[in-house]
Amino acid sequence: MSAPQYRKAVAFALAAGLGLGLAACSTKSNDESTSADGKTIITVDCMPVGTEKELVANWNADVAAFEKANPDVQIKSVSVGTQCNNPPDFTARLAGGTTTDIFYGYMTDLQQVLDSGQAMDITSYVTKDTIATWDDVDKSLKDVFSDGGKIYGVPIKNYSMGLVYNKVLFQKAGLDPANPPKTWPEVRAAAKKIAATDKSVAGYAEYSAGNTGGWHFTAEIYSQGGQVLTEDGKKADFNNAQGKQVLQNLKDMRYTDNSMGSRQLLQWGDLLTNAAAGKVGMFVGAPDTTQQIVSQFKGKYEDWAVAPLPGQDGLAKATLGGGDGYFFKKGLTDAQVKAGLKWIAFEKLTVGKGQFDYPRAKPQNYPVGLPQPLLFTKDSPTAKAEYDLRKANANVDPTIYSLFENQQLPIKGEPANAQAIYAVLDSAMSGVLTDPNANIDALLKTAEDKVNQLITAGS
Amino acid sequence: MATITAPGTTEKLSRSTTASRASARRGRKVRDNLTGHLFLLGAVLCFALFTWYPMIRGIIMSFQKTKRGVTTWVGLDNYTRIVADPSFWPAWRNTVYFTLLALIIGYAVPFFVAILLNELRHAKGYLRVLVYLPVMLPPASALFLFKFYAYDPSDAGLFNAVLKALHLPTSQWMQSPTATMPAMVIASTWMNMGGAVLIYLASLQNIPGELYEAAELDGAGLWRRIWNVTIPQTKLILGLLAMMQIVATMQVFIEPLILANGAGTQDSATTVAYLIYQHGFYQNDLNGAAALGVITLVALAAFSAVYLRLTTKND
Repeated sequence: MSAPQYRKAVAFALAAGLGLGLAACSTKSNDESTSADGKTIITVDCMPVGTEKELVANWNADVAAFEKANPDVQIKSVSVGTQCNNPPDFTARLAGGTTTDIFYGYMTDLQQVLDSGQAMDITSYVTKDTIATWDDVDKSLKDVFSDGGKIYGVPIKNYSMGLVYNKVLFQKAGLDPANPPKTWPEVRAAAKKIAATDKSVAGYAEYSAGNTGGWHFTAEIYSQGGQVLTEDGKKADFNNAQGKQVLQNLKDMRYTDNSMGSRQLLQWGDLLTNAAAGKVGMFVGAPDTTQQIVSQFKGKYEDWAVAPLPGQDGLAKATLGGGDGYFFKKGLTDAQVKAGLKWIAFEKLTVGKGQFDYPRAKPQNYPVGLPQPLLFTKDSPTAKAEYDLRKANANVDPTIYSLFENQQLPIKGEPANAQAIYAVLDSAMSGVLTDPNANIDALLKTAEDKVNQLITAGS
Repeated sequence: MATITAPGTTEKLSRSTTASRASARRGRKVRDNLTGHLFLLGAVLCFALFTWYPMIRGIIMSFQKTKRGVTTWVGLDNYTRIVADPSFWPAWRNTVYFTLLALIIGYAVPFFVAILLNELRHAKGYLRVLVYLPVMLPPASALFLFKFYAYDPSDAGLFNAVLKALHLPTSQWMQSPTATMPAMVIASTWMNMGGAVLIYLASLQNIPGELYEAAELDGAGLWRRIWNVTIPQTKLILGLLAMMQIVATMQVFIEPLILANGAGTQDSATTVAYLIYQHGFYQNDLNGAAALGVITLVALAAFSAVYLRLTTKND
């Protein structure tokens, strides 16, 4: 081959290589929205992970049933590991433009999704025709996924925090599981008794890393009647008596009573792993935490119960609420949006189907009887139907959640720019949990300055 | 049959032969180079796609802001914002501290381990495998071993049990702001020293034995031999590994992420690389993260340039 021929070959190889590379990087082409036989294709994420075999089987059965009922739609399920519980993973997918057509996100993710320019306005599509129970979905939850009067997502789960406690450890410590602590001083006293029975057990456990410490600080300052930001969201509002009380309670339990165990800097999975191993007496969490303790961390339902969040002198003044939903990727076809809404309606918002298929879950020992997700307006026909079906199929002792369910506290949402603020507040939480000489005033002042700086920089 | 050639033809022919030979040589040269380039093409494409393109994209992003899907140029806004981040200076302080500790512990230990291995007469191969073994462990597994067993802050933790047995005060390890960095460096050194030890060993084995024999005849002991023979003879590799160590440790990320669950207690484990991750993936501030990445790139490039200039001058 002559030199010019070589040059041509190199140029061709280069062009082909680059072309392949760019093709691999490019976003999907439009013809992926329909299959060869004319079906509308949608990709959906948060399929259960492979280790949860029963849940995967249920999901696949639901997909098959849905496709049978809607022969013009084909669903491609994507399991993205822990993406549904992992903000960094979610951010990476969003930034990389690799989300599925219908993608999962937290209630706090709306601004992030909007900023990325990937959210589709689905206002005109979300009606009773596409989601039969739409009118019964709680308005406050719909608002969380709306911006400027436009709807960008559909809520599928709603939670609020309470006090999760281990009944077995309560009994061992001579405490009455039917009468859990209602105030933080009572939590402290109970934690002390539980820790006294076994050195390896934390009477009360708390987060302080991976932004989860800040998340719990927020729940606990709400319990004191406080807030994290001022009403207008322009300043930090936790360097006050309520914020000090939150940290003082923890410091007292950690160092005065020595009732929180020695290992700190816990984040989400650490605490639940310890709890499932029977090494945690109490912690702040939502009722579905018990489900995670059982399904992911191999604990037992019968060991646990959930009570309302404690307050300082009585029950909490408010509790932290949150949840998640599904967004729609910008650029979907009309048929894809409609198919996506139909699927969400089927899998997440229909009593007796998908996540509300209690008759199927009962014999599988998948928990039935959890008071959450609370998606429908109280006293609406759908809420009543869901409640009746749940009670009729309950396989989890209803007393686990009865205290929590009977005492509904006012729910407050997460602050704006929640993750950045939680990262700062982790530092205050880790301060009182790892340093016996921690200065609470100084910790709060530093955190306040940092949050104010964040707000100024972001405005 | 005799060939009659017109005057000047031979010269013309020889000129044309020379020209065609030169052209053939050039052709061969081009062909040889092109073959080389073809072999390089895959690597070049990989570098372009996965190293240079992201780097250039990161630099561009550091001057932009994306809001509602619309990207605008914001000049140095991301830089001023990132420098104003309350964790910015602690992160740099922690990173420099980690690097200095890594130079004292992580740089010196493999060199001396290599010298000891080189001095051994028996079980050399076996010990080499032992030293290299941690490198074969996935870093996350190795760090989890440290996190849950060695650095357990209770008395049941491996290191605390040893300290207690020696009647020494125990430590909170990753939960102590003062112990966090040394603990991270110890874990990092254990994980990574196998590779450095092998490089040092190879370099040590290239030192002519006569030099040591001469030194021994002059009455030099072990330390004197190390100081006067080993170190001067391995100067080049020592310098190279020092620079590589500094560049690598300035980007320390996995150690704080796993051992300290991120920032550690009160920012004691926050490093620059972890802060980039925190901004990018927890705070949804990819532009700020890109700006911090560029600052790190410039700092490391400047350091490398100064270092290379100084070492080149000395040589």
